[in-house]
Amino acid sequence: MTPQQQWVAFRTILIREILRFLRIWVQTVVPAAVTMGLYFIIFGRLIGAQLSDIHGVSYMDYIVPGIILMAIINNAYANVVSSFFMSKFAHFIEELLVSPMPNALILAGYVAGGIARGLVVGIVVSLVAMFFAPFQVHHPLALFLVVFLTAMLFSLGGFINAIYARTFDDISIIPTFVLTPLIYLGGIFYSIDMLPAFWQKVSLANPILYMINAMRYAMLGVSDIDVRLAFAIIIGFVIVLSAFSLHLLRKGVGLRH
Amino acid sequence: MTHALEIRNLRKTYPNGAEALKGIDLHVAAGDFFALLGPNGAGKSTAIGIICSLINKTAGTVKVFGHDIDTDKNAAKSCIGLVPQEFNFNQFEPVIEIVINQAGFYGIPRREALERAEHYVQQLGLWDKRRGMARNLSGGMKRRLMIARALVHEPKLLILDEPTAGVDIEIRRSMWEFLERINDEGTTIILTTHYLEEAENLCRHIAIINEGQLIEHTNMQELLTKLHVESFILNLRRPLESLPPIEGYHICQVDPVTLCVDIQRDRNLNDLFAELSRHGIEVMSLRNKTNRLEELFMRLVREDDAA
Repeated sequence: MTPQQQWVAFRTILIREILRFLRIWVQTVVPAAVTMGLYFIIFGRLIGAQLSDIHGVSYMDYIVPGIILMAIINNAYANVVSSFFMSKFAHFIEELLVSPMPNALILAGYVAGGIARGLVVGIVVSLVAMFFAPFQVHHPLALFLVVFLTAMLFSLGGFINAIYARTFDDISIIPTFVLTPLIYLGGIFYSIDMLPAFWQKVSLANPILYMINAMRYAMLGVSDIDVRLAFAIIIGFVIVLSAFSLHLLRKGVGLRH
Repeated sequence: MTHALEIRNLRKTYPNGAEALKGIDLHVAAGDFFALLGPNGAGKSTAIGIICSLINKTAGTVKVFGHDIDTDKNAAKSCIGLVPQEFNFNQFEPVIEIVINQAGFYGIPRREALERAEHYVQQLGLWDKRRGMARNLSGGMKRRLMIARALVHEPKLLILDEPTAGVDIEIRRSMWEFLERINDEGTTIILTTHYLEEAENLCRHIAIINEGQLIEHTNMQELLTKLHVESFILNLRRPLESLPPIEGYHICQVDPVTLCVDIQRDRNLNDLFAELSRHGIEVMSLRNKTNRLEELFMRLVREDDAA
């Protein structure tokens, strides 16, 4: 395929993915706005009003970046895992497998779809957040990078999950038992400085901690950890998961006999 | 001469140890209408899956218009259009979008894809349904949608895996006419089917696979000459009380007005009718007991199973 043909093919997957989640926006966009709105009310407004500032910012301001990023992570992951698994389950993944599209392009199309949903939901949740706290951006480039790379990383995660999934149960196991605990323990609602020394060290093994702190740095200018390390970890994971996804596609794991 | 398809020593062993293909060699000439037949589980769909890169082969080579599927995979894929046995499109997408998207996956810009999609959707009688969701189509329409989708990038080789399964006779015949037309226009077609009348009417060459091995690979006329005996059903004008002995033919009476006759290849129907007339038996109509190819197919498969 020529570069122009590859661009057409990539755009076809991306547009199909965007139309898919926009067609069912009540299931894909609205729930995040409602859930995150409840977090802002309960944790930010009701409980947060009783708490003192953290790193010099109000509790409400402090939790906004993490909650926005949580919505982006969940939705980027969910978009790819459900869409790709469904295409496997109903066999229409074969439309792509019989075409001359290179594997990297198939991966890029689905990941771009996940990023798109992550961004749409991130914007919607940010709009909801503006009812509770002013939307702050201290480092615009860092904000763009952390949102884009984190959405990309979890889209890749969703892709790998979908490749291995054999049943619908398999696409909810990782989000429920791995992703959600890691997100909640990644410091959305607290600073790891508030933890005992042992748990601070344990928290450092959680990659989502770095992403949430990078987001907080981009929006509020505060972070528990070195932001350069955070970006290095995010980029490192993106590279590793991309390479692994391409390897799975090349081998045809879960796709070809 | 470049073949549309060239397969050498193709083998496939599944992880559970099942040997689906035991080293088949096959070639299909460009422009041919080719039948790939075999009983259920013979290995036809496995072979098609390998040709279309949906199944990894264990050994052997496959070339599509000279492009090796190992070393020149994307060029090989560009030459193929596949109509699989199972419905494999997104049931929740509009019909026209399914066809347009497939063109997009081959790098065809949307405007051109739309023109082509509308052309094939119209050709295959889906025009009125083009904006509806695919899940609302009937079984026959879904099969035609898959044909439109397979043709939208204008492949040189169209592979149809049981395209008329479960389709009523009227639609089946219109599909035959459509396939004959695109074959006349130069598209090579490989067809698998369980309707052997379909293969006999449409195809010029044929291969039969049984238990992962090729047991026949020839042209249709040559194959049919292997039929030693043909069976006919004769409908009689008047009921027959008892069947008179007629030498040289194996005849059995199905009911008072129906006879079943097996005729050796070296005998002819004129002699039979003369004999019947001599005994005062009038024949109103006759038909083949089964399709000729079907008889031959059954015999070849039985012989192969026995061997």
